[in-house]
Amino acid sequence: MKDILDDLANFIAKTILQNPSRMIAPDEALISSGLLDSFHLVDLALYIEERFGVKIEDTELNRQTFDNLEQLSAIIQSRRQGK
Amino acid sequence: MKTLPHIIRQIAWEEPEKMAIVFQQRGTPDQLITYQNLYQNALRTARILRENAIRPDEVVIIVLQHSQELIYAFFGAMFAGAIPSIMPFLTEKLSPEHYRKSLRSLFEVIQPAAVITYAEFESEIQQAAKGSSVRKILISEKIAGSEPLSANLAGLERSPTSIVLLQHSSGTTGLQKGVALSHQAVMKQLDAYQKAIRLTPSDVIVSWLPLYHDMGLIAGFLMPILLKVPLILMSPFDWVRSPVLLMRAIHEYHATLTWLPNFAYNFCAQKIRPSDMEGIDLSSMRAVINCSEPMMQASHEMFLKRFQPYGLKESALATCYAMAENVFAVSQDGIEKPVTLDWIDRKGLLVEKVARPSLQSSDAICMVSAGKPIENTRVQILDEKGEKLPERVIGEIALQSDCMLTEYYKRPDLTQKAFLDGWYLTGDLGYLANGEVYITGRKKDLIIVGGKNIYPQDVERIVNEVEGVYPGRVVAFGVFNEGMGTEEVVVVAETEVQDPQHRLEIANQICYQVNRSSDIVLRKAILVDRGWLLKTSSGKIARSANREKYLHEFQDIAPFAANTEQ
Repeated sequence: MKDILDDLANFIAKTILQNPSRMIAPDEALISSGLLDSFHLVDLALYIEERFGVKIEDTELNRQTFDNLEQLSAIIQSRRQGK
Repeated sequence: MKTLPHIIRQIAWEEPEKMAIVFQQRGTPDQLITYQNLYQNALRTARILRENAIRPDEVVIIVLQHSQELIYAFFGAMFAGAIPSIMPFLTEKLSPEHYRKSLRSLFEVIQPAAVITYAEFESEIQQAAKGSSVRKILISEKIAGSEPLSANLAGLERSPTSIVLLQHSSGTTGLQKGVALSHQAVMKQLDAYQKAIRLTPSDVIVSWLPLYHDMGLIAGFLMPILLKVPLILMSPFDWVRSPVLLMRAIHEYHATLTWLPNFAYNFCAQKIRPSDMEGIDLSSMRAVINCSEPMMQASHEMFLKRFQPYGLKESALATCYAMAENVFAVSQDGIEKPVTLDWIDRKGLLVEKVARPSLQSSDAICMVSAGKPIENTRVQILDEKGEKLPERVIGEIALQSDCMLTEYYKRPDLTQKAFLDGWYLTGDLGYLANGEVYITGRKKDLIIVGGKNIYPQDVERIVNEVEGVYPGRVVAFGVFNEGMGTEEVVVVAETEVQDPQHRLEIANQICYQVNRSSDIVLRKAILVDRGWLLKTSSGKIARSANREKYLHEFQDIAPFAANTEQ
């Protein structure tokens, strides 16, 4: 779980925010805070698919599905186990 | 000349079963809206407006998601003789307090009589409308259950010169400028523009654009509906999460025309999975029209390279220069001819303000033509004194047409300032060459992010409130991001705080506040020492000079400034 959290935090800081020194806490709001805008949600989905082999559907790219790294990691983990 | 309600009613009478819109929504089957459906449902809104004593010529603000209800409310207001204006719906990231504030500032200027919204949003609007001109908040769900109004439609009594709709750009500043358009202006624009793009009834238009923006409202909505060209309409919210939806719609409905802001070329090229493109055929596309933000040849090339294997024709690449004040298009290129590329000398452009033709080299800049003015519109380039400039000399673009705005609604001061001797001053900089229009920049301080107009003063106002920022010592400007194909907003703020960790927190807070209080997402907030920002002789913060200083000091050293997605 920790690995996934760090990996995602790193990806968001470096590639999406283009600010590698930006720390993202596991419970920090991502979508409702505007940290991740809609233009970049699809980047995140594509990255997760490639990195973890887990598909996040486009209809799931909203804060009802996940709004922080903890929730997102949990989805990734449960879908990986489900395979 | 007929008014918009007359046209809709006539089609509904003559060809009731003709398809007007295929409405696509993620997770539901495509819904077909015939002209009869459109007309009848619009009349439900008209009834409710009349029952609530909303009079002709009064403004009705529509606060609904991209939906069929939005479409019916919009036309329904017109049938009641009222003036509809669509406001963007609250997004996931926007703070409700900020949204309420922008509604309030809109209400103050526009003085609307009613707002149409959802039941669950009623109390939100009520709070914003307290003490305003708004007499009624009308609930979309109730409208859907009402009977269509069948007689005495005030909307059919309107003169062609009366105002048919208002259009706003976003932010506190944009909301002050409601572009008021007449029936006549809309129809004259459509008449000239359909010729420019050689529109025929066999065309099929597909659009994912929002309806509160001129490109979405006119090219991707009113034009096809009024001219009986089938429209495939999807939600911008769905498209941005799954850009392949556009390609699927083109394939499935053999679409021929679509309009995209420049960033969307990059976005589609970079973010659609190869596996999602399997079996998709784009060969029906006659024109993919780049419009509403600076057009880049690199974006066209990236798009073509990515989608040519799926049948996209090179000849489909097209461009357009448009603005709400002219209803929509000013000029058009790339129809039945390739878009003209004009290689010009870099130094000439930047220093001498002349577009001198140059050989293709690293010292040259590739300008993408926006084409010749459409037949009812004339374009001139003016110097700072308002004198006409010769070809290839850069100045402010001014235009004249028979489809200009009536006024900035209830803002005679702004309306008067916008015109010089009968010419509308666009605030855009550019030149003419062989009768074609080229846009080189902007005179006014405006940032265009993904086709959306952002006024820097609105962003600066938000940043000024952030604790740790030295009050009044803030500047916001746009920097073009090649990877994204659009401008990105940068904020530079002075602070007395020295501790790097504390500065980082302030920078994060600046981004957070801007994200929650505006339509943009801010990623670059730079904190500098007191005295860093340059001021003009009159003591104002100079945006362009500070932009230059920023590019000089920060752009080169920022290792992640280049987009890593390419």
